Amino acid sequence: MNFFFKTICILFILSTFSNQKVAAEENKELLKVDWSFKGIFGKFDRASLQRGYQVYTEVCASCHSMKLLSYRNLAEKGGPEFSEEQAKAIASNFELTDGPNSDGEMFTRPAKLSDKFVKPYQNIEEAKASNGGAYPPDMSVLVKARSGGANYIYSVLLGYDDPPNDVTIEDGVYYNTYMTGNKIMMPNPLSEGLVEYNDGTKATEEQMAKDVATFLAWAAEPHLEARHKIGFKAIIYLIILTILAYFSMKRLWSRVEPEV
Amino acid sequence: MSDHSYVPSSKLGKWFNDRLPLLSLSAHLREYPTPKNLNYWWTFGGILTFCLIAQIVTGIVLAMHYVAQADLAFASVEHIMRDVYYGWLIRYIHANGSSMFFLAVYIHIFRSLYYGSHKSPREVIWIIGMIIYFLMMMTAFTGYVLPWGQMSFWAATVITSLFSAVPLIGESLTNWLWGGFAVDSPTLTRFYALHYLFPFLILGLVILHIWALHIPGNNNPVGIDVKQPSKDTVPFHPYIVIKDLFALLVFLTLFAFFVFYSPNLLGHPDNYIEANPLVTPTHIVPEWYLLPFYAILRSIPDKLLGVVAMFASIFVLVILPWLDTSKIRSAVFRPLYRQFYWILVADVLVLGYMGALPPEGLYLLITRVATAYYFIHFLIILPILGSKEKTMPLPLSISEPVLNGPSDIAKDNKTNTE
Repeated sequence: MNFFFKTICILFILSTFSNQKVAAEENKELLKVDWSFKGIFGKFDRASLQRGYQVYTEVCASCHSMKLLSYRNLAEKGGPEFSEEQAKAIASNFELTDGPNSDGEMFTRPAKLSDKFVKPYQNIEEAKASNGGAYPPDMSVLVKARSGGANYIYSVLLGYDDPPNDVTIEDGVYYNTYMTGNKIMMPNPLSEGLVEYNDGTKATEEQMAKDVATFLAWAAEPHLEARHKIGFKAIIYLIILTILAYFSMKRLWSRVEPEV
Repeated sequence: MSDHSYVPSSKLGKWFNDRLPLLSLSAHLREYPTPKNLNYWWTFGGILTFCLIAQIVTGIVLAMHYVAQADLAFASVEHIMRDVYYGWLIRYIHANGSSMFFLAVYIHIFRSLYYGSHKSPREVIWIIGMIIYFLMMMTAFTGYVLPWGQMSFWAATVITSLFSAVPLIGESLTNWLWGGFAVDSPTLTRFYALHYLFPFLILGLVILHIWALHIPGNNNPVGIDVKQPSKDTVPFHPYIVIKDLFALLVFLTLFAFFVFYSPNLLGHPDNYIEANPLVTPTHIVPEWYLLPFYAILRSIPDKLLGVVAMFASIFVLVILPWLDTSKIRSAVFRPLYRQFYWILVADVLVLGYMGALPPEGLYLLITRVATAYYFIHFLIILPILGSKEKTMPLPLSISEPVLNGPSDIAKDNKTNTE
């Protein structure tokens, strides 16, 4: 009785939450990309991750830290999957302060696989001072920290535009179609041919935005591929077990005289 | 009950059972006579037990890696997500587990309301259940604070600040709760301690809840007393066990979809931004399962009265067995109550929906009407229905037809399919 209505109620409860996110979004609808990592079998595009890392390290990393990532992550399964030698070489490009040594002195040394990504600024204050008072957020979990995820990153990167006539923009602030309030302190970071991809891919703005958004999506969710893979097996297993339980139940209950 | 006569077959078993009757208990649980007409809405008790155990097990593993200190908490959660073996799986099960737990508990509670399971002689089961529900909310709230993201921090700030509305001692009380002059590390540490404590209190209360249930036995969709054991009942094992297992597996399949394919759908993106006391998020919202209460809180312009209304909305549930005065348990035989039941369901859904929206203009008006209706349902409609409603004749037993013959069955079926 009323089963349909009840089901609707449950769905309504669940949809309340997603609606709330939609309601929070007053800006223009985000650009949508058909990401390779969406869906039940979604996986990261390895080449795109490697290109994305290149964009991050050559462009974003001068202001944005990724303090939760280590260089070893770059060689791990499910990520950009650089070879261990490549990851070691990448790490050794960065210098960091370590110590104290046995003389009690701090010293600098090249980064190793086990080190976290070297930060562009020592602290938030330094970051703010260098960026006109704005703090470039850490990008480790940025994709999960923004409604719209990778689409949001992609859209903001491509959302720079001339302000409409009725909008005045102060110095050091830029107009962005997809940013909340349409104002962003970060100047347009991408321009055609800004990086030179090793694999010969043409470095258009769209390509770079897509690659770096893919890279950030992986950084925020490094075990996404394992999750999708295990999830598929787990759900198949559950469905089979459910069917078996259903028939066992029918068999057992057939002994009970049917109710009136 | 049938197990008093239970005698273990082995000598050792008998020796042990005479000293601690665990084998008798096990026999009782297996033989426990259960009405055979229980529908799937009754499987949520078993599902909830599973949810509690799953939350405790995953929670203990998370506790081994989590650091309850304001500067380290956020990073320690990310450490679990990145570096702990299958830490992401454990954490996503735990985080989504709370949503699934509440989904199940709401179905469980509304099932009770529909079939009158809160009524005599089951009032104590109901009251224990409401205490469990309240502790669940406390556990969920303290747990939500632990990742120390923006929503964690600001939800903690908003909710603990409510206590400042208490006359005279409000401010001291709030500072005492915080362990300082703002939500900070001491607050986080005590919330962690409480978050670890409450589930075990819940576990104890669940045992009492089941114990209290096993005195009168289960209610059933017809809502009449059932002789136990009789041909209207089946032994708990294997009949109810297999049915509960089947329902649990269906539930787990849904659960798995959330965990593996949209683990962050029910969370808020802001909670992946580390807590920052200097930046207030645009909308501070609790998790979906607390939204109806949040709506009630905000519907009242006075802070203190808002808090009172919020607690009162739970308290009316505690005293429900004495507000719902109708002698007939099941809504199947209460045509008017059935209508008001569904209006209440819709009302609570509206409250939940409004709890997620900013409290202004039309939204605020709708919230106020819905809040008023919530209290009217329990405090006015139910007592009046108890004396005025013309109920339908009850069947003599689960297996036997309705007292007045088949015409009433036909009538009942007709109203049911409307």
